[in-house]
This record gives sequence, structure tokens and C-alpha cells, in this order.
Amino acid sequence: MLGPFADPKAVETLNHQMGTDRPVLVQYADWMSGFLTGDMGQSYAYRSPVAPFLGTALLNSSKLAAVAFILVVPLGIFGGVIAALYRGRPTDRILSVVGISATVVPEFVSGIVLILIFGVWLRWFPISATWSANAGFWNQLYHLILPSVPLVLILFGYIARMARAGMIEALDADYTRTAVLKGLTYPQVIWRHVLRNALLPTISVIATQTVYLIGGLVVIEILFHYQGIGSLIYIAAKKKDFPMLQAGVMAIGALFAVATLLADLLYARLNPRIRFGGRE
Amino acid sequence: MTDTQVTRQDHGWRADLRRLLRSATFDCGAVIVLFWVGCALVGAQLVPHDPFTDDLMNALLPPSSDHWFGTDQLGRDVFSRVIVGARDILTVAPTATLLSTLLGTALGLTMGYFGGLIDEVLSRITDAVLALPTVIVALLALTALGTSTITVLVVIAFSFAPIIARTVRSAVLTEVGLDYVAAAELRREGTPYILFVEILPNVLPPILVESTVRLGYAIFTVATLSFIGFGIQPPSPDWGLSISANYGMIGGGFWWTVLFDSLAIASLVIGINLIADGIESVLHD
Repeated sequence: MLGPFADPKAVETLNHQMGTDRPVLVQYADWMSGFLTGDMGQSYAYRSPVAPFLGTALLNSSKLAAVAFILVVPLGIFGGVIAALYRGRPTDRILSVVGISATVVPEFVSGIVLILIFGVWLRWFPISATWSANAGFWNQLYHLILPSVPLVLILFGYIARMARAGMIEALDADYTRTAVLKGLTYPQVIWRHVLRNALLPTISVIATQTVYLIGGLVVIEILFHYQGIGSLIYIAAKKKDFPMLQAGVMAIGALFAVATLLADLLYARLNPRIRFGGRE
Repeated sequence: MTDTQVTRQDHGWRADLRRLLRSATFDCGAVIVLFWVGCALVGAQLVPHDPFTDDLMNALLPPSSDHWFGTDQLGRDVFSRVIVGARDILTVAPTATLLSTLLGTALGLTMGYFGGLIDEVLSRITDAVLALPTVIVALLALTALGTSTITVLVVIAFSFAPIIARTVRSAVLTEVGLDYVAAAELRREGTPYILFVEILPNVLPPILVESTVRLGYAIFTVATLSFIGFGIQPPSPDWGLSISANYGMIGGGFWWTVLFDSLAIASLVIGINLIADGIESVLHD
């Protein structure tokens, strides 16, 4: 922080100010108690408290994540359902190959190609996700469409695969055969009996994919110059701004825990067989 | 007795291989991947220009008959750099995958065979590793330890091992109850013998599929880390690194400096996943 040629005395004073001359465990306990009471420390790089930066970043990232989820969930489920209905036929095969291919291409690669096509050549979307201070909802949304597509591409494969597996299981189930045999029409069977049961496992996958989504955000936010949690962690890592880095990573860990818990609760809510307590 | 068994297994293997070669997905993937492996091995001798020589007079030229993919901001030939760029990522990613497969297989065998408390403790540890995205774990490790290829290798090996361990564990669980394991235990074979000589050969197929899939993700991760400056370091003509050096000028219309590298990464990961998909469908049918 003081450069390689700093006066040893100045280094000592700074170490003392920041408390880095104390034992590691003491520092950790101090930081942890501060964190839990809402004091996340001072950023080394900005010389100001970490919390407001973290707040803005989380808000921005959740906007981006929300757009990506709103686009990918219906698309993924639709793709999976179609693949299952056409099981074993070329449509199924194509959807599955496209799905896996989209899932493995790094976000920055699909991002670059999208920027080139829709930002530079066609000029339909802005190539950077920074909007002016007074931008309204639609303007912000407009800026977020392009950055969300790479995330959509990655998640599509996962969600479609789960939806397909769930659908196939439900299609083969006895209750589906019963529904067909009692004379319901095909669409009725699909809507009333198959879909409801098929989408349960998909819901838990969607929730656990948040963790992946955050990893993907790092790259997307850098590529599109977007001020979210990913670019916050990235910049903190580059500048060795440890309080900021710690706070960012803690926030992600906490988010993951919350998302997993919500997924379990939602799953239990939707699936009568595993409601709590085992009361009948 | 043993003889007939060996021939039958051998035959099964060959039949699988023949079916694999007849699968269009697998062939497609294999052609793409072999192309890049070829570039990594001999590309440096075949390219028309030196990928490292700057030529500032000819910087940012669009594609032409002399420079097929144009030149970058230092005047280096993009075509040569894309071809030679296969080398570093095809060294780092497979090594990382191999390490994580070895570690994950050992972990998974232990968890599945012993069960109980050991399984419980190791499962919680692997869950903890999986709770953070690999890119974040890598960022933290590389910030703390300094950027180096070794760190990249170790980070990927440790973050992928739990996933392989999970696959191996569930495969081992179905084997543990079988008679041949009980027989080996009754013969008082040592535990390492039972794990690696008796059980391991029977769980190889899922390990093969999982590590091929992991190889795709290792390339994904290495490319991503190089793009954000924590992976392969300059002056390597690595694809992710070249994109990160050039994407700032994308608004100026210099598409050739990033497009070909992007397509190279995309084709390589897709190729590997087509191979994985081919192997999986042959083994599962």
C-alpha cells in the first residue's frame, strides 16, 4: 500500500493502524464480530466503509440475475418439455446437443460474440451495461438484455435437462397411464398430471444454480463494465483490497446458503410427500 | 474360467469402441479436438508468421491474403496466434483434470467403501468446497498465493475433485454389496487391494465420463481465469488472454482481434463435450 520503498517506520505505523500486527485469530474474531453487527470494515482502496459499496453491488447484480432468470426459466422448461415429448427423436437429440454445447461455452466467449453481432454490427443493443444516473426501468432493462443472454445460454442446458428427466419420469408413471386410460385427452393429461409432477426436481435445480450464476456474474460484469458483486470482488482482488474481498465473498456464501434453504422450503411446500413433521 | 471371462470383457470393450466410432456426436467431437491437439503439438512449426513478433507498422490490419485473420494491436498475426494459442490451455486443463480425477477417485472410493463417519465428514467437506463458484475460489487463492500456473492447477484440481468424488462414491455404493467384494474381504485382502484392484476397475466407466465432462469445464475455467488476468500469463498467445487484451477496442470495429479466439475456445469445449456425450450414450445403452 505504501509502495516497495516505504519507510519501515511508516509501514509499522500503518500495520498498527490496520491491526495487522495482532495475532491472526484476534484479527479474525474482530472482523467476524464487526461483520455480524453490520460493520464490514474500511476498504483499503477507497478509504471508506465497505458496506455501501456492497449494497449497491448486490442490488445491481440482483437486477442482472433477475433478468437472466426471467428469461431462462420458461425457456429451459419449455425446451425440456419439448425434448421429453419427442423423446428419442431428432428434436430431442438436437435440443440435448445444443443444450450441452451452450452450457460449456464460457460466458465471456458467448458475450464477445453477442457484443460483436448485436452491439457492433447490428447496433441493436449497447455494448456496455452502464446507464446514466436517471435511467428509468425500461432503459435499465434495455441495457441488461445483452449481458443476461450468456447467463441464459449456460443455465438453459441445466434446466432443460432436469425438466426433460422429470417429464420422462412422469410420462412413464402409472398415474399417467391411468389418466390416459380413463379417457382424458392428451393435452389434459400433460397439463394436469404430467407437468405438475415433472417440474418439482427442476425447481431445486433452478435454485441451486444461483451459485453458479454468481460465478458467471464475475466475468459478465467485467465484460460489460457493470458495477455488481462480481466486478466488486474482481476489482478488490486486483487491488488486494482485502476487507472488500472478504465482505464480497461472505455475501456470496450467505446468498448461497439462503438460496439453498429457500429451494428446500419451496420443494417441501410443493411436494406434499415431504411436508414437515410427518403429520397426516 | 478366468480366460473366458477376460475374452468376454475384451470383446465387450471392442464392441463399445466400435459403437463409439459409429456415433456421429463422438466423431464430430473427436475431429475438432484432434485438430486442436495437432495445432498444440506442431502448430508452431507450420504457422506462416511468428506469433510473438511485434510489427507496429502493420497493427490492426483487417483479414487479408497475407494475414488471414488480420493482425492485433501490436501487429502480430492473429491466425498464427490462434493456432499456437491451443498449446498452453491444452497443457494446463488436461493436467488439472488428471489431478482432480486422481484425487476425486481416491476420495470417492474411500467414502463409498467405508461409509459411516468417514463418509459423513468427507461429504460435508466436499459440500463446503462446492458452495463457492470455482471462479471465486480461484480468485481468492490466486490473490492470496500470487498468480502462477501451479496455483491454477491446484485450485481446479481441488474444486473439481469433490464432483468426481460424488460420482465415484455413488458408483462404489452399488458395488460394495456385491459378492466379489465380500469374497475379497473373506480372503483377507488388504483394503488398498480391495479398493484399487477389485472395485476400481468396475467403476471406471462413470469415472471416464465424468472426467471427460470435467475436462470441458477445466478448459472453461482456465480460459475464464486467463480472460480476467489470473490464468495463463503474457506473452503466451493463449485465447482467453488475447481476448482480454483486445476486447477493449471492440467498439472500434476490430472484430478480428477477438472473434477467432472466441470461436477457438467455443469449438474446443463443444468438441470435448460431444466426445463426453458420445461415450456416455454408448455406456448407458
